[in-house]
Amino acid sequence: MNSAAAFTGELKGFLRFLLQELKPRGPWLTPFNIISIPTIIAGLAILYFRFTLGLGSVTNLSQQYPFGFWIGFDVMTGVALAGGSYVVCFVVYVLRLEKYHCIVKVTVLNGLLAYIFYSGALVLDLGRPWHIINPIIGNSFGYNSVLFLVSWHFLLYMTVLFVEFSPTIAEWAHWKKLQTFLSSLTLGAVIIGITLSMLHQSGVGAMFLMAKPKIHPLWYSEYIPLLYFVSSIFAGLAMIIFEGTISSRIFSSLIGPKTHHSHNDIVLGLAKGAAITMFVYYFFLAFIFMHGDKWKLISTPWGYWYLVEVIGFVLVPCFMFAYGVRNKKLGVIRVASIMTILGVILNRQNICLIAYNWNIANKYYPSWQEIVVTLMVVFVEIWVFRWIVTRMNVFSRE
Amino acid sequence: MDRRQFFIASATVAAGGVPNNNIKADSAKEPKEFVGVLVDTTRCIGCRSCEVACSTTYNNFVPDTNVDNALEGVRDTSDKQLTVVNRYKTDKGDVFVKKQCLHCWQPACAAACLVNAMLKTKEGPVTWDGDKCMGCRFCMISCPFDIPKFEYSGWNPRIQKCSMCYERLQNGKRPACVESCPTDALMFGQKRELMEVARHRVYSYPDKYVRHIYGEHEAGGTGWLYLSAVPFEKLGFRTDLGTTPYPEYTREFLISVPLVEFGVPAFLLALNMLTDRKDEVRENQGWADE
Repeated sequence: MNSAAAFTGELKGFLRFLLQELKPRGPWLTPFNIISIPTIIAGLAILYFRFTLGLGSVTNLSQQYPFGFWIGFDVMTGVALAGGSYVVCFVVYVLRLEKYHCIVKVTVLNGLLAYIFYSGALVLDLGRPWHIINPIIGNSFGYNSVLFLVSWHFLLYMTVLFVEFSPTIAEWAHWKKLQTFLSSLTLGAVIIGITLSMLHQSGVGAMFLMAKPKIHPLWYSEYIPLLYFVSSIFAGLAMIIFEGTISSRIFSSLIGPKTHHSHNDIVLGLAKGAAITMFVYYFFLAFIFMHGDKWKLISTPWGYWYLVEVIGFVLVPCFMFAYGVRNKKLGVIRVASIMTILGVILNRQNICLIAYNWNIANKYYPSWQEIVVTLMVVFVEIWVFRWIVTRMNVFSRE
Repeated sequence: MDRRQFFIASATVAAGGVPNNNIKADSAKEPKEFVGVLVDTTRCIGCRSCEVACSTTYNNFVPDTNVDNALEGVRDTSDKQLTVVNRYKTDKGDVFVKKQCLHCWQPACAAACLVNAMLKTKEGPVTWDGDKCMGCRFCMISCPFDIPKFEYSGWNPRIQKCSMCYERLQNGKRPACVESCPTDALMFGQKRELMEVARHRVYSYPDKYVRHIYGEHEAGGTGWLYLSAVPFEKLGFRTDLGTTPYPEYTREFLISVPLVEFGVPAFLLALNMLTDRKDEVRENQGWADE
């Protein structure tokens, strides 16, 4: 009886604490809130029509373009840009480079939220979302499907990211014993997480292997899975640099002086990693290009568009990273990180939408409703991120 | 080993080979074979009875073939019509081509489906199960013939495509379109028989047909086969799809999955142990203490 009463008391205390924490803090009428709140409301209204009248009522999807902006941008690109969490976990927990320890928590949080929201956006796109449980539980496992593998890996990786982040939640709720226990799981979670990431990052690329007759030959190759995996490394690194730049301004009061001081050093290290992986990626692209003997395709409009992506948004930012590291120019590195992110977005859009069914007349353009819903997903993610970092010990306060 | 034993041994080996061959031949003669339909486009008169029969059977949009002038343009199958007939003007006159699911022997859509909603039945038709499908439309991305169609309007959308009238086949009937064809342009049967008929026609009338049976090897072979008087690319067929079954394109990736799943964690753990500098630090401290 006594222990039960104590437990109830503790639960009540925790609920009171939770209610306290859920209350908004800080000023309401910030520019971000003024833009994001109407967008979220509009997005919810659009989703109402989407779920009652069907996908065709709000999207420009067609029989030729079954995958649109929600898949091509939210899922394909969002997952690539969330690749930073497995890269940083690899560097900190497997290679034990302590320099990067202070960005682990925020990177893992970013990864967790990105997976929840961007692969969660998949649910909006499913025609019959109430059957989403079929590949997980039941008797209808399509073992021979790449998407079966990807969906399982999304689910498992989200669990892994949650385990990696859970010590911070336990610390916030003052559960000391649980925090110690959860911390002891981190290395195992990291190792499983890196493995799962390798497979699902390449897996989203492997989804296009059977679309061989539809994707322009400059973008199609049997190495798409490898290219998706390698590009997720530098996409993740560029995203960490970009997010770090913004976070260190907006949440500067939450970041300790020691971390602030080492920030530049960390950015230089990440930029070095990005430059090297981007050059490897460029080498792969060039090798596949030569091997496939695609010279005759290059002097067409599609060839020029391909060069824009490969030279303008891979090779140029790659050299900018290298230049920035060599001359310790953080401004150049930041611009390069934005260009890299744009390049990854461009690559995923090219394969999924632009160079997909490239030779048909009725091309796909996202409708304004699709863009609003995408923005809604991004804004809600930022809201949740902001709520967590202002309450939990995510940024290093040292 | 003396000579006698040698003869006995080689006779045994030779005899062993013979029944083996017989078993192979027997299993190839198994009555359970994939079924399909042979479409002879030289016989089709473009009456579109098959369109009407199909749509009537499945409560889809029934075209009014007398007045709708649908043959003026080239149509695609849709979520409302599982089969359509198109007219192509060629140097051998008007040619009519029926379009529907080709029921591949190794279908990309079934390999793409993560819940086995798209299924290659053991009889041959590729069917769709609405109780399993989650509407991801990955089958549409994967199908080299762009056949599965999605209902974009409505809260409970279906994937629509020809099922070769699987339920009618179960009841011993032929597909509705085949039943309705007045000119025997459509012939239902097992693929081996259909191939024999098709080859016979091509060889007997070399001036009438091109020497190409579409579906014999395309995308690894399909259940539906086409005969034509003009090259198939002039009739809206894709002839650049290759002869590799489409699931083969993902095979190597899927095989690498268990390899990565078991290999990489071990490698990472080893790397983690290798970078452990605790002992090194202790040794250095010990040395400094001396």
